[in-house]
Amino acid sequence: MNLEEYKGIYVFIEQREGEIQNVALELLGQARKLADQLNDKVYAMLFGHKIADKAKALIAHGADEVLLVDAPELKDYTTEPYAQAICQIIRERKPESLLIGATTIGRDLGPRVSARVGTGLTADCTKIEIGEKNEMLMTRPAFGGNLMATIVCKNHRPQMGTVRPGVLFAMDADANRKGEIVNYEVKFDSSKFRVKLLETVKEENDLIDITEAKILVSGGRGIGNKEGFAAMDGLAKTLEAEVSASRAMVDAGYIGHERQVGQTGKTVRPDLYFAFGISGAIQHVAGMEDSDLIIAVNKDKYAPIFQVADLGIVGDAKQIISKLTERLGK
Amino acid sequence: MKILVCISNVPDTTTKVKFKEDNTLLDDSGIQWIINPWDELALTRALELKEDAGNSVNEVCVINVGGSLTEATLRKALAIGADKAIRIDACPSDAYHVAGQIAEYLKENVYDLIFSGIESSDYNGSSVGAMLAEFMNYSGISSVTNVNLDDDIVVSRAIPGGKQMIKTETPFVAIVQKGIAKEPRIPSMRGIMMARKKPLEVIPAAELPVLTQTVKFELPQAKGTCKMIDPEHVEQLVELLKNEAKVL
Repeated sequence: MNLEEYKGIYVFIEQREGEIQNVALELLGQARKLADQLNDKVYAMLFGHKIADKAKALIAHGADEVLLVDAPELKDYTTEPYAQAICQIIRERKPESLLIGATTIGRDLGPRVSARVGTGLTADCTKIEIGEKNEMLMTRPAFGGNLMATIVCKNHRPQMGTVRPGVLFAMDADANRKGEIVNYEVKFDSSKFRVKLLETVKEENDLIDITEAKILVSGGRGIGNKEGFAAMDGLAKTLEAEVSASRAMVDAGYIGHERQVGQTGKTVRPDLYFAFGISGAIQHVAGMEDSDLIIAVNKDKYAPIFQVADLGIVGDAKQIISKLTERLGK
Repeated sequence: MKILVCISNVPDTTTKVKFKEDNTLLDDSGIQWIINPWDELALTRALELKEDAGNSVNEVCVINVGGSLTEATLRKALAIGADKAIRIDACPSDAYHVAGQIAEYLKENVYDLIFSGIESSDYNGSSVGAMLAEFMNYSGISSVTNVNLDDDIVVSRAIPGGKQMIKTETPFVAIVQKGIAKEPRIPSMRGIMMARKKPLEVIPAAELPVLTQTVKFELPQAKGTCKMIDPEHVEQLVELLKNEAKVL
C-alpha cells in the first residue's frame, strides 16, 4: 500500500427520510479544521434517493466537494447497498481518512466497510487530532469512560473512525463557500442483498430519542412509584425536557427500556441532566457522566452520584421535584 | 441447527478498574471477570431457542478469543447451559483481529446462526459482529432485539423511533442488544457440576494482522467537587441554572 496515494478527508453524510442528521454537519466541521491543518480537502458522501437539493448545504458547512450518489437502493439505510457505495468510492478515490457518525447506522456501516477494504477502524471517537507525521490520532473512551485511549492506524488507508454525535462542532453555514457537486455512479451487486425488510413499526412513545434531548429528567429507585414518575413528567414538561431512568426503574416496568440510561441502556450527553433518587452505580454513571451539567438529588449524602454531579441536594427526590416544578412554573 | 455465541471476557462492571505502566496497561490484579453483559443475554436467548421444541436448534456453542485467563468465564457459559466452548488462544488486539480469528474457525466449522453482543463493556468497540459477518460474507443484522426461528426466520431490530422486522436466511450474524432476553440466566448447582465435564477446546490462533495501535492511554479529567444546595432553598438551584449556568 502506497500511503502517498491516499488523499482527502471523506465524511459520510447520514440522512434519515431525506433529513441530514446533525452528526454529519458536526463531522464536516471537524473535517474542515483537520483539512485546513493538512492543506487537504473535505469530501461529503451524500447517499439517498431524490436528495440532490441537500447537497448545497454541505458545501456551506465545510465540504469542498459533494459526492452525490442518487439511487433507489440508497433511499433508506440498509447495510449492503450503503457498504457497496462507500467501498466503491474508497477503491476509486483512495481517501486518506473517512469519518462516520457513531449512530445506530454508523456503528453498523463502519465495521462492515473496514473489514471489506481491510483497514483499521476506531469506533466511537470523541476527539480527533493530527499527529507529528500527519496521522490521525483518534481518541475514544474505554471501560465505561474510565480511560481514554488514543488510537492510530499506521499502515492502512483510509484511517477510519466512527465519531460520537454531539461531541464535535458544526461550523456556521456560509452560503458563500464554493464547492463542487459531483453525481457519482455506483454499480450495485444486488445478489448480495440478502435481507428483506418486512415492516417498519413506529412507536409513538419512542419518537423521541433521549440521546438527542437537551435536558433529561432522570429517575431511579428513590422516585419510588408511578406517582413519582408522574411528578417527573410534570417537571419535564415545565422544562421542555425528556424523561429517562436508571435500570431499576425499567426493570420494575415504570418506563420503557428505550429510555434507560446506562451501560446496557443509552449513553446520553445532554446540556443538563437531573438525577433524582439515583444512587449512581457505575453502570448508570457510564451512561451520563459526560453530560454538561449534572444535578443530583438523593436522600443519602454518601451516594456515589454526588461524585459526578456539579450541583447536589440531599433530600427527598419527590419533594424536591414538586418544589422545583412549582418554582419553574412561575 | 447450530448456534455460535461470541463471548467477550470483561472486568465485572462493578469493579473499579486501574491501570499500570503509565496507564498503558490494565492492572488485572483483583479484577473479577465476567461474561460481557450483552453476550450473556445473547447466550440466554440462544438457550431459549434450543429449549423451544418448535425449532431444530440442537447445539449452542460459545467462543472466545483470549488467553487461558478467560477459561473461567467460558466454564460459566457452560454452566449456564452452553453445550461446548471454544477458546482461540490469542491476545485480543483489535476488533479486526478478533473477528478474523472467529471467521477462521467458522470457515472450518459450520454454524447457522451467530450471536454477537452489540458491544463489550471493556473497550466498547462495537465492531466484531459486523466485521465477522463481512469476513464470512454472511448477512449481519445489528441492534437485534428478537430472533424467531419459525418457518420464516424473522429478526426484530431497534431503530430510532421504532423497530423493524427483517426476514433473512441462515447463516447470518445477529448483533444483539438489550431486550434480546429478559434477564441473563444464573448457573444452577447442577449446571456448574455438569460444566466440568463439557468440552472446552483450545485452538491455536491464526496469523492475522492487527490494523490499529493504541499509542496513548489517559485518565479522563477529574470532576470538580459537587456544590451542595440546601433542600429548603430550591430557589437557589433555579437561580444557579438560570443565571450562572444559563441552561434554562
